Parts: sequence; C-alpha cells; structure tokens
Amino acid sequence: MCLAIPGKITSVAGEDPLSRTGRVDFGGIIKEVSLAFVPEAKIGDYVIVHVGFALSRLDESEANKVFEYLKEMDELADLKEPSP
Amino acid sequence: MKFLDEYRDAETARQYAREIARVTTQPWSIMEVCGGQTHTILKFSLDQLLPECLTLIHGPGCPVCVTPLELIDQALEIAARPNTIFCSFGDMLRVPGSTADLLSVKAGGGDVRIVYSPLDAVRIAGQNPASQVVFFAVGFETTAPATALAAYQAARQGLRNFSILVSHVLVPPAMEALLSSPNCRVRGFLAAGHVCAVMGCAEYEPIAAKHHVPIVVTGFEPLDILQGVLMCVLQLEQGRAEVENQYARAVRQTGNQPARELIRQVFTVVPRKWRGVGEIPRSGLALSEAYATFDAARRFGLTHRTVPEPAECLSGLVLQGQIKPPECPAFGKRCTPEHPLGATMVSSEGACAAYYRYRGVAALAGA
Amino acid sequence: MGDTLDFTAACPIPIQQYPRIQLAHGGGGKLMHHLVEEMFLKAFGDETLHPRHDSAVLNLPPGRVAFTTDSYVVRPLFFPGGDIGSMSVFGTVNDLAMSGARPLHLSAAFILEEGLPMEMLWRIVCSMRSAAQRCGVQIVTGDTKVVDKGKGDGLFINTAGIGVIEHPLVIAPASVRAGDALLVSGDLGRHGMTIMSVREGLGFEATLESDSAPVAAPILELVAAGVEIHCLRDLTRGGLASALNEIAQAAGLRILIHEKLIPVRDDVHAACEMLGLDPLLVACEGRFVAFVPARDAARALAILNRRQTGTAAVCIGEVACESPPVVVLQSVMGPSRILHMPSGEQLPRIC
Repeated sequence: MCLAIPGKITSVAGEDPLSRTGRVDFGGIIKEVSLAFVPEAKIGDYVIVHVGFALSRLDESEANKVFEYLKEMDELADLKEPSP
Repeated sequence: MKFLDEYRDAETARQYAREIARVTTQPWSIMEVCGGQTHTILKFSLDQLLPECLTLIHGPGCPVCVTPLELIDQALEIAARPNTIFCSFGDMLRVPGSTADLLSVKAGGGDVRIVYSPLDAVRIAGQNPASQVVFFAVGFETTAPATALAAYQAARQGLRNFSILVSHVLVPPAMEALLSSPNCRVRGFLAAGHVCAVMGCAEYEPIAAKHHVPIVVTGFEPLDILQGVLMCVLQLEQGRAEVENQYARAVRQTGNQPARELIRQVFTVVPRKWRGVGEIPRSGLALSEAYATFDAARRFGLTHRTVPEPAECLSGLVLQGQIKPPECPAFGKRCTPEHPLGATMVSSEGACAAYYRYRGVAALAGA
Repeated sequence: MGDTLDFTAACPIPIQQYPRIQLAHGGGGKLMHHLVEEMFLKAFGDETLHPRHDSAVLNLPPGRVAFTTDSYVVRPLFFPGGDIGSMSVFGTVNDLAMSGARPLHLSAAFILEEGLPMEMLWRIVCSMRSAAQRCGVQIVTGDTKVVDKGKGDGLFINTAGIGVIEHPLVIAPASVRAGDALLVSGDLGRHGMTIMSVREGLGFEATLESDSAPVAAPILELVAAGVEIHCLRDLTRGGLASALNEIAQAAGLRILIHEKLIPVRDDVHAACEMLGLDPLLVACEGRFVAFVPARDAARALAILNRRQTGTAAVCIGEVACESPPVVVLQSVMGPSRILHMPSGEQLPRIC
C-alpha cells in the first residue's frame, strides 16, 4: 500500500502545527500538502508525501546508503576471497 | 524526480542481482508485505533478476483487497442514497461488492467522487452543507494519520454533514496471523516501508523473535526492493532473525510521533475481518468514542451482516502466499480485471491484477 | 490561442440579447436560425455553407476519399493548451491524417445544454474557426440541438471529416510487416495529465499543457518524400498501450517496445508518479505512432523532426513475427513483460 513520493518544500503557511501546509515541488508538479506530521520540516527539505500529507522528512544522509551498501559488500567479498 | 529516479538505475540493479545470486546458497521464500512493493516487483520484472531458488511471495498488503465484502456493501448502500456525496480513493471504485461496485452506483446516479486526500472530502462537506458527505477510509497505518486529521478538522469546524466509513487495518497482527498458519511458507519479510514511516520498527521485534524470521523494513523503488531482498537473504543464510531498516532515508526507528499521537486520539484498535483471511484480533482501527459522531456506519444505521465470498475465488490463498495467481483455475479465464471474482483481481496492486497486468495470460502457457 | 483572442477582440459576441442558450435555440425556429446565422456562419464562413439546404454539396479532387467522425465530451471545456472546440477540429483532422489523407471538409454538430453561457459557446466556436484555418479545412455543414438543463454537461461536439488520399499506399494494420520500425511522434501523456491537473479534487499546479495539435502536415510531408508508411495511429484514450494492442491484434503480429526509449517529459512523469498512473496508458491528443520499413526509419524521423518543437520523434521499437500477437515491453531493468490493453479508465490510486 501507500503510494508516497518525495518532493521539495518550496513554501510554508499556517501557524497552528496541525493546520500547517506547504507547497511541495515533485519535479515540476506542485501540490499543497499538509505538514501537520512533520513540524520540523522547513523550506528546502524533501518530504515523503502520501494522500496529501507529508509523513516523513527525507534524511539525505541516508539517501546514498543504497549505493554505498553495494561497495561495502564488494569490499567485504574482496577481503574474504583475496584475488589470486 | 530526485530521490526517486536514482533508485531505478538498471546497472545498480544488476549489481544487486549479482550480489544476491552470490550469497544465496539454498532456496528461500520471502514475502513482500505491501501491494505497492508487489507492483514494483512486477512492473520492473525484479523477480526475473533473482536466482531461481529465491521465491517472492506476494503478501496481504493491499488494504483494498482485504476490505471485507460487508464493508463494501455498506459503502455501496451509502453511495446510492440521495443527497449524499460519497468520496473515495480511486482504488476502491471497481472493487466488487456482493452485487455491484461504486462505479456502477455512480452510473445509476449516485454522487461518487474520487478524492486525492481525506481533507478534500472535508472541504466538499464544507461546500455542500445540504448534503451528507462520507469519506471511505481505506488503508493501512500509512493512511490512518490522514483520516485522523480529517476527523480532527471536521470536529474543529463543527461539521454536522461529514462522516467516515472506516476500514483501516494494521500490518503486524496480519503478519502474526500469517506466521501462525500451519501452511505458512514464508521464511523472511520485506516489511512495508511507508507503514513503518508512521509506526516505526519496534512492533516487529517481537514477531521476528517469536517466529525466528528476519524482517527488513523496505522501500518501494527497485533498488530498495533489491537491497531489502539482499539484506533478508543474508540474515537467512546467517541464521539471524532481526528487524533491519533498509528504508532509513524515510523511516525512523520510532516512526512519526505526531502521527501516532493523533491516531491514538482519533482511533481505537478493534478486531477486523480481512477478506479472504478471516477475522484477526486487534487488527483494525475504528473511531474512538470522542469521534464516534463521525462514524458513518453509526450515522446511517447500517446493519452488520456476514456476506459469503464467491466460492470460486481463491484470493484468500493468494493473500496468504499459498498459491500464485496463475495457479488459480479461474485466473485469466472466469476472473479478469474486467470481470473480477475477488478484490485481488480488481485492485491495481492486488496480487492477481498485478500478475495479470505485468505477466499476462501467457504465463499460463509458460511463454 | 492567440488567433482566437484577436478574433474575439475584433468581433464581440454577436448574440447579445440572449446571454444563455435556451431550448428554443434548438427548436428549428427564429431563435435557432438567429443562432446559426449570427454565430456559426459568422465564425465558419458561408462560401459553401447553405443553411437552408440539408447538405453541403462539394467538389472533391480525384482519389480515394477518407471519411471519419468523432465526438468530443472533454471536461473541463477549457484547459491549458486547448479547449473542446480546437480538440474537435484537430482530433477529426488527425483521424483523416491516419490514412495519409489531405483533410478538406468538416461538419460540426453541437448538442448544447440549456443554460450554457453564450459567451462560452462563442469562445469555443472562435477556437474551432482558428483551428480549422490552421489545418486548412472548411467547416461546411452542421447541426444544433439543445437539451434540457442537467442533461448535457455544457456541450458536446461531434465532427465528421472528409479528406482525399492522393497516394497509392494502403496505410492500415494489414500493411504492417515483421521488421518494421515503430516510431512515435513525440513525448507521451501530456493531454491526459493536463486534464488531470485541472480536475476537481485531483488538481495540481503545473506548467503542463495539452499536446492537442494537428498532425496532418508532417504526415503529408512523409508521404510526399516517398516514405513507405505501413500504418499510422493517433494516440488518444488509452494511450500508447491501447493503440499498439489494437494494431498488434489487427495485424496479427507481435510488437516489441523498449521502455528506455519511450519519451515522457519530467513533469508528466512526476504527475503520473503522484497519482499512481502509467504514462503508457495516458491519453495524448497530438501524437501518433508510425510503422515504416526499417530502411525508411531514419529518413522519416529526420522529416518529422525538421518541424518539431519540443520532444523529438523517436524510434521506440519494432515488429516481430512470433505469436501470440501481443505487445512486449522491455523494461529498463532488462527483462520483458506484456503491455496489456488497458481495461477501462485508469484511476488514480493511493496503494
């Protein structure tokens, strides 16, 4: 379940945390979404949005781990099986 | 799209596939819990990149598929009423009830509207004070915070014409029920990443420990799925049974606190019947007493009754991962997306529809 | 839309005493006559239009005649990049172009809902006039009916078209051959996602515009250059998936396409991702696929791209001779899967 896509917050509105909204840019498409559940998110942050709600602030430091993981596996493999 | 397209890189996918093949020494069956993950696997043919001995079993992670017939019939009953605007996500429109679906109710004159967000339904209620506006709240824990905020906003605005037909279900009880089934073939799980973005990872620890199964919280893009599979296989090969987080860019260990808090305020945990599986204790959400006035079933005096499934439909066995869709005698013949026997064929992410759409009837012919 | 704006600035709504369409405007009497004379004839010109005759009498050039009809029910009536009027002209012109015909004449039949603002009808009619001028076609006959308020959704338009075929090619699925190259004239999904962007409840902000446009001119250039076109199909409802499945079935041949070659603009891609839609199933309006012998592919693309603004025409696949006659999509990951005929309208999803 749970189609949710990443987008960048370009503006924020609303004082009360539960009615806070933001305009989020999904690579050329802009939609106003609720930021009720990401009170720490600010302009410039990427958030994951599901049914018009940001559920999570994207941790950019973790974003590359998918690629680094493979390199680590490679290095581990090299350690275990030294080349002839 | 940034933070999306990078995770569809074909070369990295092939590297993952090679790595998975290298570390897999025996057959394993892994279940991806979420229908969205099934969708990705079949759309990008990821299962064809995996070694033969690895089987991906498609789990019950389709809230549309598991919504019981009774609840769909209640939805149809409400939608057909005069002066009523029935708001639903697009997913539910073609799901068959006992005799009809929401699209045919619409064709018959019912005011059925597709919404993107539950807050759209609240807005429609505000704009149409003379009509009763009902929102069909389907989805797992991922969607529950959105419904909760809709209820909260409706209460704040004092809306008297807004109500919610609640069908939210919870993942961990379903996994528990599956693992307790004597025919369960699943040895490891890819848990639903967006569910965990809300709820965190902690509630999966007791499941992993009790049943000795690795559970990897996984995202939805091809590289996420492949990394999740690799992490799961490594645990299986090493005899570990831990909860790991592949989707750390979106999932925190404790989940989303404001969302969980609002879910606690607005909902209460109840037993829920899962279509094709049966009743699972403490596996659903209902509106709490404080928000009971917004419960559509109560407001419209809907009766609860049990509706039997079409006998031929094997979606229950498919949902439990016991058979693959092409093994059902009706698949592609008496049961197709145009004439579905059960929700797994209608929902775009149901296992049967996903198989039909991305594999085709040719799968039967072994083509 | 520039032409349309200039035209309306010069010619304000000709029927100002009736701000809205009434039932009598379809009744055959004075009001209808007035509507036809003051609005439709003023817009479409009356050199060959004889309102008191039931049919237009035409002299057609020699050659086979192509004849088509289509009805237009798009909502909303006005959208970024077009409106129901321009669509009704371009759409029918494009259908004629799919047999390689030179479009000549259109009919325009209107079913108007009682209460439709006259100003809105005039804008649509002016848009049709501009579109017809752009395509070099004449609207030569028509009809007007009015239905009760609540029974018509604003207005519906039907256009039928006549064109002449001035070449010996048989452009049809039956002419498709194994080994043919499959070309697409531009990027996919713009029209459908533009409509979605202004749709109540699902809307979003975007710089998307419909790709509604006439395609007769580039096709006639291909014909004039001697490209051996085997088949053409415009991509409308059901998108690329629908068109290719129809052709594969009709031709009895398998079609292979390569996902990484299929052009989709970033904003269309993002909109599809947000709503859970597949761009291969989304409607276009000014796009077509062409099946040509492999040896003609490069030349055909060069001709199409000479006049192209925006995404280029590209080759996305080829025709094979295996059975069954399905459409096979090679995914960006490598393995292939079947691309099915869409079953019904694609709906946005949350799962």
